Amino acid sequence: MTEHKDYAGSKMGMWLFLFTEILLFGGLFLLYSAYLHRYPGEFHEAGKTENLVLGGANTVILIGSSFTVALSITALRLGKIKHCLILLGLTVVLALSFLVNKFFEWSAKFSQGIYPGSEHMKTLPAGENVFNSLYFAMTGLHGLHVIIGSVLLSVVAVFVARGRVNRDDFVILENAGLYWHLVDLIWIFLFPLFYLIA
Amino acid sequence: MEHESKSPHILSYGFLTGIFAVLMVLTATTIIVSRIELGFMNVVVALSVASAKAALVVFFFMHLKYENWTLKIMVLLAFVLLAICIGFTFFDIGPRT
Amino acid sequence: MDQAPPRNLGFLTPQAGKNTLLSWIGSTDHKRIGLLYMACILTMFAVGVGIGLTLRLKLITPGNHLLAPQTYNALFTLHGVIMIFMVVIPSIPASFGNIFLPLQIGAEDVSFPRLNLFSWWLYVLGSSLALISIFTGNGPPDTGWTFYVPFSAKTTTNVSLAVIAVFVLGFSSILTGLNFITTIHRLRAPGMTWGKMPLFTWSLYATAWIQVLVTPVLGITAMLIFAERVLNLGLFDPGRGGDPLLYQHLFWIYSHPAVYIMILPAMGVISDIVPVFARKQIFGYKMIAFSSLAIAFAGSLVWAHHMFTSGMSDLAIWVFSLLTFIVAIPSAIKVFNWVATLHRGAIALEPPLLYALGFIFMFSVGGLTGLVQGAAGTDIHVHDTYFIVGHFHYVIFGGTGLGMFAAMHYWFPKIFGRMYDKTKAFISFWIILVGMNLLYFPMFVLGLEGMPRRYYDYLPQYATGQFLSTVGSWILAAGMAIMFANLIASIRNGRPVGSNPWGGASLEWSVSSPPPANNFTTEPVVTRGPYDFDGVVVDD
Repeated sequence: MTEHKDYAGSKMGMWLFLFTEILLFGGLFLLYSAYLHRYPGEFHEAGKTENLVLGGANTVILIGSSFTVALSITALRLGKIKHCLILLGLTVVLALSFLVNKFFEWSAKFSQGIYPGSEHMKTLPAGENVFNSLYFAMTGLHGLHVIIGSVLLSVVAVFVARGRVNRDDFVILENAGLYWHLVDLIWIFLFPLFYLIA
Repeated sequence: MEHESKSPHILSYGFLTGIFAVLMVLTATTIIVSRIELGFMNVVVALSVASAKAALVVFFFMHLKYENWTLKIMVLLAFVLLAICIGFTFFDIGPRT
Repeated sequence: MDQAPPRNLGFLTPQAGKNTLLSWIGSTDHKRIGLLYMACILTMFAVGVGIGLTLRLKLITPGNHLLAPQTYNALFTLHGVIMIFMVVIPSIPASFGNIFLPLQIGAEDVSFPRLNLFSWWLYVLGSSLALISIFTGNGPPDTGWTFYVPFSAKTTTNVSLAVIAVFVLGFSSILTGLNFITTIHRLRAPGMTWGKMPLFTWSLYATAWIQVLVTPVLGITAMLIFAERVLNLGLFDPGRGGDPLLYQHLFWIYSHPAVYIMILPAMGVISDIVPVFARKQIFGYKMIAFSSLAIAFAGSLVWAHHMFTSGMSDLAIWVFSLLTFIVAIPSAIKVFNWVATLHRGAIALEPPLLYALGFIFMFSVGGLTGLVQGAAGTDIHVHDTYFIVGHFHYVIFGGTGLGMFAAMHYWFPKIFGRMYDKTKAFISFWIILVGMNLLYFPMFVLGLEGMPRRYYDYLPQYATGQFLSTVGSWILAAGMAIMFANLIASIRNGRPVGSNPWGGASLEWSVSSPPPANNFTTEPVVTRGPYDFDGVVVDD
């Protein structure tokens, strides 16, 4: 049996998987659009409760992490294993920073009585209630993907360190990078919808 | 199927840094513009800038600019379908709410 | 008895030195995985049929209490969930698609064999979770397979576990689709251009795109029900600003294209069978291939025709009704082309063709009644009545079901290297056809006369139709029992056959029956088209 790896096929498979993630989040974007249309004023009001500093910082962090993972692929392809590992490490550190910021944001909301199903939320105007529910759903699902991506990148870093992923066979790193860029892409849209709506 | 040679195109550190810089500029822009009261246009501008940022990530960081047409069409198909799903829902939401 | 030379069992050959069970459930051979799916799907089908027969028994007369009302609600929910997610959606692609896609394009296996095995394990996990949800907590879900809010958010039955099961099953479907798309793009043998692929392969391609792109929407919908129940998220709660209709939009954005996942592969089977038994080139190959893609695309635009009575805007009703009529066109093209292929062909009325003809009849009836529903005005009258139940059983059971049976009778000799008893196959076909029509045709009448679906009991005026329908269910069950008994017994006892008992021209008929483990000893170079019968030798 012939054993040749299919580089283009492997990449195609990863892109197809990314489409599923786009459509998965797409359902939530559909809900957001519909409710924004219905409650424009209240979304504007509720947006004021968002922390623009943390949100903006997270945007820079995540785009930065996309930058570092793209660099890591270049590094590997140029044979610079050490650079590659440092850049991958940096990517994961940035990812974890993102999660730390998120933790602070969510904690702040919880302490204000804003969490799914809270009594306080029920007292808010309908549109603000929906905005907050969407906030938790969308940033929650996104955060889950940040965690998954971090684990994925860490595993790939181990593969790179062991030589299983190298300058001649790097599709696994590229595919992990693609997944990470998707996580960034989703945030690029979440940021204005939740933080710039005020 | 012929064995395609691996993509020879490597994006240099410098080029990637350039893209990152543009993304930072766009991020700063969108934050600044959001502080100006433009009404409905605020959403339009914010989403346009987001789309521009997304395009940079997709075409360069994700290397799509250098991939074959098959893949490019597939990506387009996925986004078109999402647009249809959201758009057609507005046939209902638009008049009703 | 003579000592016959030991038969070459190809990929079915027990693997020396390996635990038999592990050599199957740990196999990355697409043919074994396909058979694993087949066994599970047919088992779940039997469960679903059992539930269906029980429901029909309750409904045989008005006023009886054979089942408690809560049980009745749970049973029709389970019937739908099992049949749709565990049987029909995977049915042909996961079983016959897995076995024959690589063979038809001249490949050794699919692009991602280990992912393929993982898909099967996900299917097993999802099905197990769904079955467990029957027995734990407050009992099986009673919401109907559509899980509409607000009831699905509030009912104390085991909806949470059931939607997790649905999510897992959806993931399995997505990965299969992803695998097939990549395989078809990347692994076609030299000479196997897009224009030489069998139409079954084309149908799997179109289906795979639907699987990959819309199943995630089911995923998010399932997650949202879970979030409503467990986190009290309130996104669809009108009391907190939510819109229950948005749930329906999200649900049907998946579930309408899902019916094309169900029917396209069956249509592909028919497109492969008809030319072989008419000994004639298929009429309009390009149009049939194109129509599969057109159905996949257009079918993604029409979901809200399930919502005409929901309180949607008039504009949406108008638009979706119009679009629904457009979707009918590519399906009609296929039916026309099949009939045109048969016209003046050298018809060999073998069991596969018989089931294919049954498909064409049943699907046409079902499809035409779909037009009554697609027209918003008439849909107001028939929505949520037995008319709908009749329609979808005609297209899903009469369509995909008969398509599956056709595929079984067509490819059985290839998979097992034996032929079944054709007389029993004929008899079972006719019993099935009579039973199916007796079971489902009265439903159109009942629906038009106003009997709602999912009702526990009914007025005496509907008694005749319901009685006939239940009798039909018994006849249908009997026919299927004979059919399966015939096939299962023939696995061991059937007359051995060679590589090409039907004289097919597509690549799977060029290898031995059963196919060898690595499919092709040397990579095939394709020169003939899939329905080009010149020089094809029947090897019985």
